[in-house]
Amino acid sequence: MNIFVCISHVPDSTTKIKVGPSGKEIDEEGVTFILNPYDEYAVEAALQMKEKHEGEVTAVCVGDDAVKETIRKALAMGVDKGLLIKAERTRDSFGIAQAIAGAIRDKSPDVIFCGKQSIDYDSCQVAGMLGEILGMPSVSAIVGLEMNGDGSVTLERDIEGGQEISTTKLPAVLSTDKGLNEPRYPKLQGIMAAKRKPIEEIEAPPYENRVRVLDMRMPPAKDAGKIVGEGVEAVPELVKLLHEEAKVI
Amino acid sequence: MKAIVFVEQRDGNIKKSSCEAIHAAAGRFDSCTAVVLGPDLGDAYAGLGAYGASKVIAVNGDGLEKYSVTAYAKAFCDIVRETGADVVLFSATAMAKDLAPRVAVRLEAALASDCTALSVEEGDVIATRPVYAGKAFIRVSLSTPVKIFTLRPNVFTIAETSDAQAEVERRAPDLGEEDFSVQVVETKMSSGRKDVVEADVVVSGGRGMGAPENWNLIEELADVLDAATGASRAVVDAGWRPHAEQVGQTGKTVSPSLYIACGISGAIQHLAGMSSSKCIVAINKDPEAPIFNIADYGIIGDVMEVLPALTNEIRAVVGK
Ligand SMILES: Cc1cc2nc3c(=O)[nH]c(=O)nc-3n(C[C@H](O)[C@H](O)[C@H](O)COP(=O)(O)OP(=O)(O)OC[C@H]3O[C@@H](n4cnc5c(N)ncnc54)[C@H](O)[C@@H]3O)c2cc1C
Ligand SMILES: Nc1ncnc2c1ncn2[C@@H]1O[C@H](COP(=O)(O)O)[C@@H](O)[C@H]1O
Repeated sequence: MNIFVCISHVPDSTTKIKVGPSGKEIDEEGVTFILNPYDEYAVEAALQMKEKHEGEVTAVCVGDDAVKETIRKALAMGVDKGLLIKAERTRDSFGIAQAIAGAIRDKSPDVIFCGKQSIDYDSCQVAGMLGEILGMPSVSAIVGLEMNGDGSVTLERDIEGGQEISTTKLPAVLSTDKGLNEPRYPKLQGIMAAKRKPIEEIEAPPYENRVRVLDMRMPPAKDAGKIVGEGVEAVPELVKLLHEEAKVI
Repeated sequence: MKAIVFVEQRDGNIKKSSCEAIHAAAGRFDSCTAVVLGPDLGDAYAGLGAYGASKVIAVNGDGLEKYSVTAYAKAFCDIVRETGADVVLFSATAMAKDLAPRVAVRLEAALASDCTALSVEEGDVIATRPVYAGKAFIRVSLSTPVKIFTLRPNVFTIAETSDAQAEVERRAPDLGEEDFSVQVVETKMSSGRKDVVEADVVVSGGRGMGAPENWNLIEELADVLDAATGASRAVVDAGWRPHAEQVGQTGKTVSPSLYIACGISGAIQHLAGMSSSKCIVAINKDPEAPIFNIADYGIIGDVMEVLPALTNEIRAVVGK
């Protein structure tokens, strides 16, 4: 099978965010970048599919040279090769989906995995857009995946208050949510092997963002809360405050 | 500007958050049409006038009873094109996260997801949305003629409703077998408690609850408040609670009126999922726990003692 996994290069989830000099983006000074946590489930799903059904896994990332480091992390987990689609890292989700679609359309993918969302801009868009551009089915935020004998797949996703089970046929675009699997940690051997695995580089056609950022701001500062008291004795006062001051009960 | 709102139903019930989207559109744009796909809801369509929809387009039949991302995208986009709407709104639910990106590509429209504010300024629509898990906010403008926004549930509150009835128009979709390349075959709804994303009150527990057996304390408090139960990742990963309850960066984002965090330290990834709650209460035995930095009210104490007392006291107030 020809399996693709789209990965993004994002600030570590514990990073303190500061607005940079442009007033529209973060200040990247001192920020550690990681493989997007949701994409770890996508990489794991791709590797498990390869292990069961044979084939090859390619990790695709749209970005500048800096993202190679993140592609290497996927290679260290066991992905066979990388595809770097060179473009500014500020592209919106449609720009990313279009670049990926253009680059892999002719490579006859059997399945394309994405993460549910990229934890920088939290858009949740690339997978569905990629599906629509390529004319393939897409199912987002899956927590269950089963291959059936007839080339169809059964997918499970969490919805408000329950689960939704759907079926589709490959080739398809699937985005992964926490709960689908337990991503493997790269082993030393994998990290060594990753250094020798190929990363193909191509240029993305120029693109102008459809989503234009006017400015970036920090959330309004919240007043320090009130410690009502200690232990059981504080309970009546808390309930009074919730009832009379906050009016939430 | 003409707005169209995608209205979601599950099992014959219209989502409250879709009504929030209608209300948000009606208050900002020149007209608001609501589109409802799926099983026939009878009289409920006209009732959407209460939130400000002047017209409702109801699309039934032809396999739309069950959700199919591909068929819904086609049927919905056909209507948007025909009505000539400039602005398309969804509530940012699980369905919208699946559907809106495909709709955006079909309509050659830009999409801003999970917006927490929307305003019309000099003829342009400006949306505010959280990024980096709510650690920052951006304001965005969309460059395409048709603009799509998904709105975070529970943020655009419904200030008032009227007894207006919307004009209802029924349509049959133009769909073929090839449009159903993805098909939902089953939905399994867990009975009983509300979902964390939709509830107005959430009671969440973390590792400080000590053991899964102690969750009855969370459940009892949730019962008197008619609340959903949430959890930190630590307890979900430990298998104490299901993943669907996880609140935070790799779980769900909630913004209820009241969020009660019990034995949760307040790690940045947890805060990412709940810091937009309107009122936050923390119960933690460690006065230095970071959750107290964002809580509106805190009690320093043992959850095992404080929770039963809190449940009793609230029961006395709400009379349950
Ligand atoms: C990429 C990534 C994504 C993540 N995503 C999420 C996410 O989506 N959601 C999430 O929640 N976390 C997430 N985390 C994990 C997060 O960093 C924390 O580890 C987690 O939130 C801690 O859970 P906790 O507060 O229940 O446990 P702890 O941090 O162990 O805190 C337990 C708290 O309970 C208190 N306590 C103990 N006993 C009692 C008692 N008897 N009475 C009262 N208080 C008591 C303690 O003082 C402490 O503050 C993520 C981490 C990473 C790296
Ligand atoms: N720059 C990128 N390069 C490759 N894939 C990406 C990129 N950005 C996002 N993705 C993929 O799309 C998913 C959803 O991202 P988003 O829609 O931006 O939230 C991510 O989890 C990745 O799988």
